[in-house]
Amino acid sequence: MSLPRTAERERTVLSAKTSKRILILALVVVAAFVPQITGDQYYLSVAYQAEMLICLAIGLNIVVGYAGLLDLGFAAFFAIGAYTTAMLSTIDNWPILATIVPGILVAVVCSVIIGLPTLRLRSDYLAIVTLGFGEIIQTIANNLGPTGGPTGIYGIPTLSIGSIVIQSAASYYYVFFILMVIFVFFSLRLRSSRIGRAWLCIREDEDAAQAMGIKIHRYKLYAYMGGAVMGSITGSLYAPALSAISPPSFGFSESLLILMAVAIGGMGSVWGAILGGGIVVILPEAFRQFSQARLLVFGFMLIVIMMTRPQGLFPEGGFRGTFSRLRRRTRDSSDLKSASANSHEVRLSTIETEEVS
Amino acid sequence: MTVLLEAENLSLHFGGVNALVDVSFTIQEHDLHAIIGPNGAGKTSLFNCLTGYYKPTGGAVRFRGEDITRLNAAAVATLGIRRTFQNIRVFPKMSVLENILAGAHLKASANLLSIVAGTPGFRRSERELHEYAMSRLEFVGLGEQAKKMAGDLPYGMRKRMELARVLIADPTLVLLDEPAAGVSSVEREELSRVISRIHENGICVVLIEHDVELVMELATDVMVLDNGRVIASGRPQEVRANPDVIRAYMGRSRT
Amino acid sequence: MVYGILRLINFAHGDFFMAAAFVSYTILGALAVGKAHMPWFTVLWVGLLVMILTGLLAVLANRLIYHPMRRAALLSLMIAALGLSQVLENGVLNIPGWGSSFLTYPVTSPPNGFTLGQSHFSWFQLIIVIISGVLALGVYFLVSRTLLGKAMRAVAEDRIAAALMGINVDLVIAIVFFIGGALAGAAAVMTGVYYGQINYLMGWTVGLEAFTAAVLGGIGNIGGAMLGGVVLGIAQSVGTGWFGAEWAIVVTFVVLVLLLWLRPTGILGEHVARRM
Repeated sequence: MSLPRTAERERTVLSAKTSKRILILALVVVAAFVPQITGDQYYLSVAYQAEMLICLAIGLNIVVGYAGLLDLGFAAFFAIGAYTTAMLSTIDNWPILATIVPGILVAVVCSVIIGLPTLRLRSDYLAIVTLGFGEIIQTIANNLGPTGGPTGIYGIPTLSIGSIVIQSAASYYYVFFILMVIFVFFSLRLRSSRIGRAWLCIREDEDAAQAMGIKIHRYKLYAYMGGAVMGSITGSLYAPALSAISPPSFGFSESLLILMAVAIGGMGSVWGAILGGGIVVILPEAFRQFSQARLLVFGFMLIVIMMTRPQGLFPEGGFRGTFSRLRRRTRDSSDLKSASANSHEVRLSTIETEEVS
Repeated sequence: MTVLLEAENLSLHFGGVNALVDVSFTIQEHDLHAIIGPNGAGKTSLFNCLTGYYKPTGGAVRFRGEDITRLNAAAVATLGIRRTFQNIRVFPKMSVLENILAGAHLKASANLLSIVAGTPGFRRSERELHEYAMSRLEFVGLGEQAKKMAGDLPYGMRKRMELARVLIADPTLVLLDEPAAGVSSVEREELSRVISRIHENGICVVLIEHDVELVMELATDVMVLDNGRVIASGRPQEVRANPDVIRAYMGRSRT
Repeated sequence: MVYGILRLINFAHGDFFMAAAFVSYTILGALAVGKAHMPWFTVLWVGLLVMILTGLLAVLANRLIYHPMRRAALLSLMIAALGLSQVLENGVLNIPGWGSSFLTYPVTSPPNGFTLGQSHFSWFQLIIVIISGVLALGVYFLVSRTLLGKAMRAVAEDRIAAALMGINVDLVIAIVFFIGGALAGAAAVMTGVYYGQINYLMGWTVGLEAFTAAVLGGIGNIGGAMLGGVVLGIAQSVGTGWFGAEWAIVVTFVVLVLLLWLRPTGILGEHVARRM
């Protein structure tokens, strides 16, 4: 009885995976052609801003989604990358590409300094501390001479790769698109390795994770550093894209926006980060006329989504969840019946099991 | 036979409770040691002290002669000591297979470069790990459930999953906290067989259990805790007949 | 208090404070029409009214958002709280007559005061200290000496056990929110009168500082929170004296990080027995 069943199941699983791959490939191809479809500068700049936010969201997804660390100050790393690039390229005439590495270094050093004492704290404390770090970075940017103070830094040169000069919205669209693809790739790779698994374990149950030999503080730091690197690289490319940067873009509102992208899109899922990033940038543009009330609507949206679907629109296991739910519906229902009978048993035993021996 | 694990005068108190008082014992390499005792006797607290979750307030724990009293849980796990939890701690939002793979954390490739680059070496080690994980799942009879979310599994299966997760690490010593609690009699049979096979494969087993039948069937040695103290230890038959033990379990005026 | 019971950082708490400030602004503004001088008992009554209104606002927020979400993951709750914070801030931003600018509070404190040694204090500063002290003591007695207080502490320690003892957990939580909101309302009126200006973003910094004070003092420990507030206030005054006002937030957080690092359970500490 079991043999044909298993074969059938394997076939279904395989086609789910392949159809997922085809879908992604199709989307990538379509996305690559967007600049050909519309030459409108406005749409393209919205598009690359969306891509940028997606990149940031993928980075934050590692910290919050994979490792479960509540980071409310992620914009700080974005700022570090942007300002390092801006300062080195305007004051010292570094080519943009060369500034990415110093940006990463500063970001990593900061993440370690902040992370070492605070990542071991409870999530609520960590939230406040990361929030504070974000504020500190913004305050520094706002008040120090070399960072240009409240007016920021302007006249940032454009990015040039060899002989190709990146100036138009369309070309930045491609640059961030490529960055996005690279980040997705990294994220997925990490996820299906022992590092990603360790992060999930830490997120789900720290004590049990330790029982597997996972050094939780070290891995938490890795996650935080990973996010810092991604945030910084994105920032380094943001500076030439806008050619001028100033402190207001790097405050709590920005951190909150990135967090919203991850939370709305689906926590723990790279695809969720993409979806969320897209929603968070494109929706307000669509509602341009309500510019003041934009954030108000956003706030409501946030509340409603958290109340109705707290794990986000497309959480991890989202694909798998959808497909397995579809499969189960076509399978015989006796499977479901025994599962629910057992889960009833589960609920009873979990109530009894309060630490007693 | 070498002494694998040794506890010497372990004491633990917190918040006004004396969880463990002067607990000492030795466990030999090929033992299947059972720890029994009424509820609240300190059995899980003992496990927690042995595996680095609690720091005992007094006494020492030695593994193969090395003092491990002050080590944290991850360090203890690195030595080849694995445990299960009384209220089964699985990772609910990970698949069953991933849960098992998590158990193999220390074995998996940690080279960042090869992970990111997806080198053939990395792919091979992951594939081997996956295969080994599947084999452990099959060993506990959960081969079919590999792709399911661990949180969706019924209780009995989650218990077995915890076992597979412990086994994939090829531990030297496993500590099982009430493996038979809350399972049906059919599953209990299965569990007993599995634990027996684990022991036959050369792994030293220590279990906390309330199920006396199971203990009599499997254990080479039994230790009885009551109110944080060891009140008896020895062969199962001896301990069973010990009047102190009987008194501890049966009517005893509660203060 | 809310944090002690729910383990929830209510990011919207600072915005309850802000909303109270604006509401009191409108009420006092209406009452002040045509008057050159506002009698103190009017301000007092308005203050009490605002306290009640803010308390109700907090209860409403709980009823609509936190209560239905009580089983959700902490992260989701915090994000919902952040959403509420945004709704309140942007709501105020968009209500005609309020908006984004700094509004002048209709009532200001008289500048006269007294001198103690080298420093000059105004009578109003003294009044603020007295009122705050009274409220704080009131809360302290409530929590430590009354039956309700005992119920609160029970719920904070173990919600399920408290429910099993017959405590109406939902009611206790609602009351805690009410008290928290009421205190924020009192603070709002005092702040409005003292600083003379209100702004839709004022809740943000204050909320953060309030939470920092609570953490400094040891979470869940009310006496600690008060002590923390004092410590923070001193640190800020000293810090801004040295570095300048813009660095106030930085001072707050550096103090917080240092303290969490050195004494993770706060000044007066909470003892957490870890059970597995």
